[in-house]
Amino acid sequence: MADIAFDGPRGPKPRRRLSGRNIMIYGTLIVVALYYLVPLYVMVMTSLKGLPEIRLGNIFSPPVEATFQPWVKAWAEACTGLNCDGLQRGFWNSVRITVPSVLLSILIASINGYALANWKFKGAEFFFAVLMIGAFIPYQVMIYPMVILLRELGLYGSLTGLVLVHTVFGMPILTLLFRNYFATLPDELFKAARVDGTGFWGIYFRIMLPLSLPIFVVAVILQVTGIWNDFLFGVVYTKPEYYPMTVQLNNIVNTTTGVREYNVNMAATILTGLVPLLIYFVSGRLFVRGIAAGAVKG
Amino acid sequence: MMDQTQSATETSLSIKGLQLSFGAVQVLKDVNMDIRQGEFIVLLGGSGSGKSTILNCIAGLLDVSDGQIFINGRNVTWDEPKDRGIGMVFQSYALYPQMSVRGNLAFGLKNARLPRDEIAKRIGRAAGILQIEDYLDRKPAALSGGQRQRVAIGRALVRDVDLFLFDEPLSNLDAKLRAELRVEIKRLHETLGNTMVYVTHDQIEAMTLADRIALLRDGVIQQFASPEEIYRKPVNLYVAGFIGSPSMNFISGEIAGGQFRFNGRAINLDRYDGAPRDGVAILGIRPEHTDFDTGSSEAGIEAIVELQEHMGAESIIYLRLDGQRFALRTPDDTHYPEGTRLSLSFDIARASLFDPQSELRL
Ligand SMILES: Nc1ncnc2c1ncn2[C@@H]1O[C@H](COP(=O)(O)OP(=O)(O)OP(=O)(O)O)[C@@H](O)[C@H]1O
Ligand SMILES: [Mg+2]
Repeated sequence: MADIAFDGPRGPKPRRRLSGRNIMIYGTLIVVALYYLVPLYVMVMTSLKGLPEIRLGNIFSPPVEATFQPWVKAWAEACTGLNCDGLQRGFWNSVRITVPSVLLSILIASINGYALANWKFKGAEFFFAVLMIGAFIPYQVMIYPMVILLRELGLYGSLTGLVLVHTVFGMPILTLLFRNYFATLPDELFKAARVDGTGFWGIYFRIMLPLSLPIFVVAVILQVTGIWNDFLFGVVYTKPEYYPMTVQLNNIVNTTTGVREYNVNMAATILTGLVPLLIYFVSGRLFVRGIAAGAVKG
Repeated sequence: MMDQTQSATETSLSIKGLQLSFGAVQVLKDVNMDIRQGEFIVLLGGSGSGKSTILNCIAGLLDVSDGQIFINGRNVTWDEPKDRGIGMVFQSYALYPQMSVRGNLAFGLKNARLPRDEIAKRIGRAAGILQIEDYLDRKPAALSGGQRQRVAIGRALVRDVDLFLFDEPLSNLDAKLRAELRVEIKRLHETLGNTMVYVTHDQIEAMTLADRIALLRDGVIQQFASPEEIYRKPVNLYVAGFIGSPSMNFISGEIAGGQFRFNGRAINLDRYDGAPRDGVAILGIRPEHTDFDTGSSEAGIEAIVELQEHMGAESIIYLRLDGQRFALRTPDDTHYPEGTRLSLSFDIARASLFDPQSELRL
């Protein structure tokens, strides 16, 4: 027994920085990051150049003489079909479409999900099944029937109509999202709240909501990006004066008259993408914090 | 008339013909119980026997398929949980994670729109009884399991009700804490004197806490009696086998002429508690009611030692008797090597005889 040598490995196992595995992981990450960042870089650079400089054709070089004129033009002067007051009109249209659509769809879907997960009412299974079928029907099929429906409701061409469309089309997937999340909250919590004299709404607002911040953030990300980036519904269900930003962007970029102003196009595109980008940055942090705060253990 | 008002005042909880089905599956089949004011009732049974389901029906968290529930003489079958005058404690504690301990205790009282000083008074009292004053302002996540369970009990306590429902409140705790809190719950019951219905699958908890145990199997109450009675006179084979560890030994044989006969041996039934009929029967004898034969009583029942477990104060010897496993519990700590032949004697006064067909006690 006594002659066992006690000198072998001891303590934490040493790790090599440059192992094959690490090279593989970081290599892939860098390549993927470049793949996304290079176009963005080119866009930003181009948007800061004047047209003569762009014509030189060196897309990777930084601007010799940086100008914000293309940005100003994209925002306030570019022609979007009917009028020439830039993207700003589309921006505010998009805001007026996105904010109510996001709020309404998340509110309704979360209540749906809560009712489906926690109150096993008669027909709940059937209702859920119907909703899920809705999620799998390609929405192109429903575009025309929806036009008729909106026309009958007198909402065709209005912002309200478009908000309604976005709310309805977001419903299946959001309801599924919320139902599955609420189903993971402990059932006994729900029972305890009932014994404590809380009803349907009380439990929703005072027990479920405070525990579900992460899933609400996920839903907001999903809906804001989805609705902000929507093009098809915006074209189909509204009039030109209500066109969302994406549609106006398309009109700017695809004008066939005059010279192609690449710098303005780039600036307009970045402007349009800014809102989802902002949502990712802001809610990404909130999201992580939400998960930490909502950690219900034991 | 007299009788009815009489029973209404002293019956705390009464369950009549309770049935419950989930779709086609009938989980509870005609459950009947009358529980007196201040009684400690334990619902005991294996997993899936319907214990939690009964408790949820009493609490009003499940709609019954048939039957009635009375609490303090009032028919509460259709009442909301909050209107039934119950407090409930859950296995997973079910504390509201976003609220402090104080918030958890106050939640139900605020919902009932009690005045603030009354809420503060009740919280103070419950916190005093349960010794949780020091962490009233902490969140549940910052408490240990035992502290959380105390808070959960506190949440039932502040409701100031006559009937407490516990659904396996100790099963998430380690053995030592479980034993401590068990004693505390017993003490709490003695202090408060209210009725408690307590679900567990732990027979030690059941035996130590209960005034009466309702032993369940597949949604049917097998026996509803005091722990002593369930232990001494189990009504059927299932109850006999369920209570006790190691469980009761069973020997097949037949009864004739006041004797139980098996494999050419005969045991006198003079001292048996009951009047068994003649015919085939199963003799049930607990390991602790079996002893080494001192030569005085029955004609030697011989068995061979297979294994012995020493547990300090006592030891359990596993034997082979006519090819069947047989356990014996003894305070004797002599070591018996495998293969040793031992002569046994049974304490017939504490044995049970069962009909192999109906499985009922004779
Ligand atoms: N919502 C439900 N739908 C269908 N069957 C259910 C439902 N809830 C419970 N059951 C069934 O009812 C039976 C009794 O369940 P219950 O929860 O009352 O058992 P238990 O005695 O509390 O068991 P355990 O000790 O495991 O908690 C089980 O067989 C279970 O599968
Ligand atoms: Mg249970």
